[in-house]
Amino acid sequence: MSLFDNINFKKLKDGLSKTRTKIVNSISETLNGKAVVDDKTLDEIEEILITSDIGFDTTAKIITQARIRLHNEKNRITTTIIDTVKKELISVLEVENISHQFEIGKYKPFVILVVGVNGVGKTTTIGKLAHNFQIAGLKVLVGAADTFRAAAGEQLGIWAKRANVEIIQKEHGSDPSSVAYDTVVEAKKNNFDIVLIDTAGRLHNKSNLMEELKKIKNVMAKIVPYAPNETLLVLDATTGQNAILQADEFSKVTEISGLVVTKLDGTAKGGVVFQIINKQKIPIRYIGVGEKIDDLQNFQPKLFVDAIFDNT
Amino acid sequence: MFEDLSLKLDKALKKITGQGKLTEKNISDTLREIRRVLLDADVNYKVAKEFIENVSQKALGKEVIASISPGQLITKIIYDELIELLGSSTSDLKINAQGATSYLIVGLQGSGKTTFCGKLAKRLTESGSKVLLVAADVYRPAAVEQLKTLGGQISVEVFALEEKNARKTVEDSLSFAREKSFNTIIIDTAGRLHVDETMMDEVADIKKFVNPSETLFVVDAMTGQDAVNSAKIFNERVNYDGIVLTKLDGDARGGAALSIRQVVGKPIKFISNGEKLDALDKFYPDRLASRILGKGDVISLVEKAQSTFDEKESGKLEERFRMNQFDFEDFLKQIKAIKKMGSLSSLLGMIPGLGNQLKNATIDDRALIKVEAIINSMTIDERQSPKVLNGNRRKRIARGSGTSIQDVNRLIKQFNEMKLMMSRLSKGGLGKSLGNFKFN
Repeated sequence: MSLFDNINFKKLKDGLSKTRTKIVNSISETLNGKAVVDDKTLDEIEEILITSDIGFDTTAKIITQARIRLHNEKNRITTTIIDTVKKELISVLEVENISHQFEIGKYKPFVILVVGVNGVGKTTTIGKLAHNFQIAGLKVLVGAADTFRAAAGEQLGIWAKRANVEIIQKEHGSDPSSVAYDTVVEAKKNNFDIVLIDTAGRLHNKSNLMEELKKIKNVMAKIVPYAPNETLLVLDATTGQNAILQADEFSKVTEISGLVVTKLDGTAKGGVVFQIINKQKIPIRYIGVGEKIDDLQNFQPKLFVDAIFDNT
Repeated sequence: MFEDLSLKLDKALKKITGQGKLTEKNISDTLREIRRVLLDADVNYKVAKEFIENVSQKALGKEVIASISPGQLITKIIYDELIELLGSSTSDLKINAQGATSYLIVGLQGSGKTTFCGKLAKRLTESGSKVLLVAADVYRPAAVEQLKTLGGQISVEVFALEEKNARKTVEDSLSFAREKSFNTIIIDTAGRLHVDETMMDEVADIKKFVNPSETLFVVDAMTGQDAVNSAKIFNERVNYDGIVLTKLDGDARGGAALSIRQVVGKPIKFISNGEKLDALDKFYPDRLASRILGKGDVISLVEKAQSTFDEKESGKLEERFRMNQFDFEDFLKQIKAIKKMGSLSSLLGMIPGLGNQLKNATIDDRALIKVEAIINSMTIDERQSPKVLNGNRRKRIARGSGTSIQDVNRLIKQFNEMKLMMSRLSKGGLGKSLGNFKFN
């Protein structure tokens, strides 16, 4: 199902090209005019990849792969190596991206749980998702299960209003799983298509908070046994290697079915996702490219990698 | 993961054990491993590279002292250098003696500015200031409510306007503070991307207008390579006075802090390590240095070893080993040095590689006390020439030290064995000598 095809991908390019000017320039500086790829060039590519948060090991792996591929190439020039590295990067994203599609319509309500550490943009993402589902003609209910952070409920309330969807809220400090429960009950009773559950930001090394997440999941399954249909882990593109641990730890308590990478409108490259996808086989569902309600886009591996190296 | 790291380092260190001087060749493996450690900790690529080059220059040609291996020495140089870069002393927050003190809090979205404002307000209120919180984040939905809620929790007044205008909010808050005689003003601003010109103009304008006592840049400890870009541009636009590192209660290694220090040279003033409002700490460079390098066990061993043994002392000791003159006096000195370094079991656990082998072995620290007591009950003569220790003397020593004659016999036997072994080793560190000595 291509739900968000109304998305204008130019925005990604705009956002990313602002982001990527540096990377692109440095690639061009590195490679243009050089006939043969030498070690120095590969070093510079290493720098570009590492400064994109791709990580030491993955970078080494990609460069090794590129070397092997290049070995059989007669024409070892600029464009060839860019293409080779690109191919490597896309293959990481694509191979693992053969995942199940959103099966909205098959399940009613279709329940989406949104999790992540503090400050990554969970609530904003939910606001944008709600908006997209709503304009796609679906009946959306959001549940404010972040009852911990000051004014988190109010924040989600404002987003719900903007997206023109309904919201279930309880007072500050209530049991988050009871909010999730009530939301699913309400959705079932009143024929909602989509349920979006916002959760409190939690650092993945805090076991009690991670247990709480399990409980949220369990109470929802009492109403609709298949819930949640999707658990989205939101990652901040600014985050470095710690995102790998986040993905590991969240996966331990609840099966993560997709990633959302936010704040890609900055200069951060979000390259840590290559490692996560490689290791966890979780696809990226959406990317966030701004604070406005329509600043959420479908993730497309080729586009993402192309944008990294786009020279125009 | 940390196990892994310690093993890798151990492997790199092993290659250069037992060599007299640090050379380009014998430190290259360690340096490569350290570089990887830094990059895995999110230290910026360029910063890590520069750092390794500096360390390498400082290290080359250094004499390796007997009590530690070259690998440990280079690790110590790295650790010292890290602390130096992170700021060798803690830096306090400026508080005006006269008139009001104002703080402007800036940073990217989601870095933890609002929570930090609450924490700082609590801290300053408790130390007797009359604090006003100013809600100048007029963009993020419910940001004002969030600050109001936090203010309510700590009974600190929050200034906000209905009108969504950050500059005007700040202007009005200053006159409000004057009227109501608040002496401390904390301004919470909206999170913004450093590439967002309009928003950067706004914060630069606020800074210019307020001329705050301090501007603090709030950074998430989980930030990756991009930290240098945002830190640099924020610094260019608002010239902040210090850095606040947040979410250190997570397990991020916090290498971004090193990158930022390196690029902008501003001190880290606070670390924030929890969601509760009192989870705010002063910054300690040594703790962060250890965190960046991994678990810090290698480091603490090196530190302790160095503060305990000075080079001359260990040189003398080595000479005595070589000449087979090692006696109970030397032995006692060594035991005392070990005791200064902490318990034997924790000490052995700190040695990379050895820690794993000893995982299941239990080491009784009381054994050392017994050994010490026995030696203390010896006369100086007996200590210097153990050969004179006949049956009667041994009985006396056992009585005097509250041990049994078997204990004394065993110690003397083991001492002789160790001495024999020592004389065979032309060079040997502390670890080796202890490794072959069985305490029971």
